[in-house]
Amino acid sequence: MGRRLVYMDHSATTPLREEVIKAMEPFFRERYGNPSSLHSWGRETRQAVESARRKVGLALGSEPEEIYFTGGGTESNNIVLQGIARRRGKGHIITSSIEHHAVLDVCRDLATGGFQVTYLPVDRYGMVDPREVEEAITPGTVLISIMMANNEVGTIQPIKEIGNLARLKNILFHTDAVQAVGKLPVKVNDLGVDFLSLSAHKFNGPKGVGALYVRKGVSLAPLCNGGGQERKLRPGTENVPGIVGLAEALELAMGELSPRTAHLVALQKRMEEGLLKIGGATVNGHPQLRLPGHINVSFNYVEGESLLLGLDLQGVAASSGSACTSGSIDPSHVLLAMGLEPEVARGSLRLTMGWENTAEDVDYVLGVLSPLVKRLRKISAHYPQSRSWEGLKGV
Amino acid sequence: MYSSKVIDHFNNPRNGGEMADADVVGEAGSFKCGDTMKIFLKIEQERIVDVKFQTFGCAAAIASSSMLTEMVKGKKIGQARRITNEQVAEELGGLPPLKMHCSNLAADALQDALDKYSDGPARKQGRAK
Repeated sequence: MGRRLVYMDHSATTPLREEVIKAMEPFFRERYGNPSSLHSWGRETRQAVESARRKVGLALGSEPEEIYFTGGGTESNNIVLQGIARRRGKGHIITSSIEHHAVLDVCRDLATGGFQVTYLPVDRYGMVDPREVEEAITPGTVLISIMMANNEVGTIQPIKEIGNLARLKNILFHTDAVQAVGKLPVKVNDLGVDFLSLSAHKFNGPKGVGALYVRKGVSLAPLCNGGGQERKLRPGTENVPGIVGLAEALELAMGELSPRTAHLVALQKRMEEGLLKIGGATVNGHPQLRLPGHINVSFNYVEGESLLLGLDLQGVAASSGSACTSGSIDPSHVLLAMGLEPEVARGSLRLTMGWENTAEDVDYVLGVLSPLVKRLRKISAHYPQSRSWEGLKGV
Repeated sequence: MYSSKVIDHFNNPRNGGEMADADVVGEAGSFKCGDTMKIFLKIEQERIVDVKFQTFGCAAAIASSSMLTEMVKGKKIGQARRITNEQVAEELGGLPPLKMHCSNLAADALQDALDKYSDGPARKQGRAK
């Protein structure tokens, strides 16, 4: 098979869809008005922003006025966590040990000033147990924040169960749904969440724009003060092209959810079967409750970053849980929380497929990976040279 | 990010693999979770006549290991002792600043091997597990 370019890092970001570019384009050109202006230029873009809000509300099953546009997933998460913290001043927060740093690092920061934080453990599939959420609740608990699907291993969390629990106990519940939106049905009332974060570039929308669902009647202290946009929660002139692009991308993704899921699940299955044939490979994350098209695999005796470069040199974009860039080698906090040995965690590779990937892409990646893994094992200091590899299959 | 030399040594590592009849085996790194390297030396009359390596680590660590084996082959022990990680990185056409520590691994494994060799036959036998 000839060389090809294969992008399989859709959990990092996705390509912008042609329809989305088309929808955004007028707002980079002639429709440049400030939505806060009273003249026709302003009224026109105001209308575009509010129409986008209705689309997002429809997709999430919320009222339009419960949707706030932000600068992305990280900002949405910060608005919730810091917004609650500023309102309450002190209290207890429950989160998980496998959250994205946009939640974990905010919690660490809050823990230095008046807040207690419980970081719930996960099982070996990367799943939070709702019973542990229940047990962690104290009279001082002000917020539960659990991601909807994990960005590294793709495990889908029992958000609905936790949502029921949070309602029963009258505790606010936030979910970081950045990886889930566009890939799973996400209806805020089914899930029982009070806050939900999403990011446009994860579902073929533009970068630098996100949204936050805030249940009606819940108050957050804003992080920034300014011109009062987004009902004072996120002031600053709206990113009109971005907002229009987000809504367009979300509408398209939700409309195509079932054919997309079928396509991604088929690719995922093909990839997994091929990976397991390489031998000494373990697929991390939940066997069933995993994002479609999401694979995190560890190869014994091989380090992830070297796999990544080897793939990159053959035109394949993937990512790895390990990064040895800071002087200290830091295996993924998610894989460690799942109980993987540090050495195995360092061998992890994430392949996240998208709508544009094909079966030929999968076969090409497998064709590149198989000799690469063998080559790296041959020179690995961890590889048990005295035993034949054949004897280790299925270990 | 990487020089063409790093890429070349990563893609086509020199002297990779195990040496069954090594006179001494040096080790560096943490076998538990970090990058790890083993270097196998065959020494005749104080001269390194053959060398092999095995490395678990990122591309910079693998390329540094490979480059080091080329640098030490044929060298007298005294000359080999003077090889530093900066020299390995330099020979590779430089490493990104955040990856400099990866070249330590190679230099450390070599020094470990040479220390064991000078310590005498008792330790030379100690094969890495």
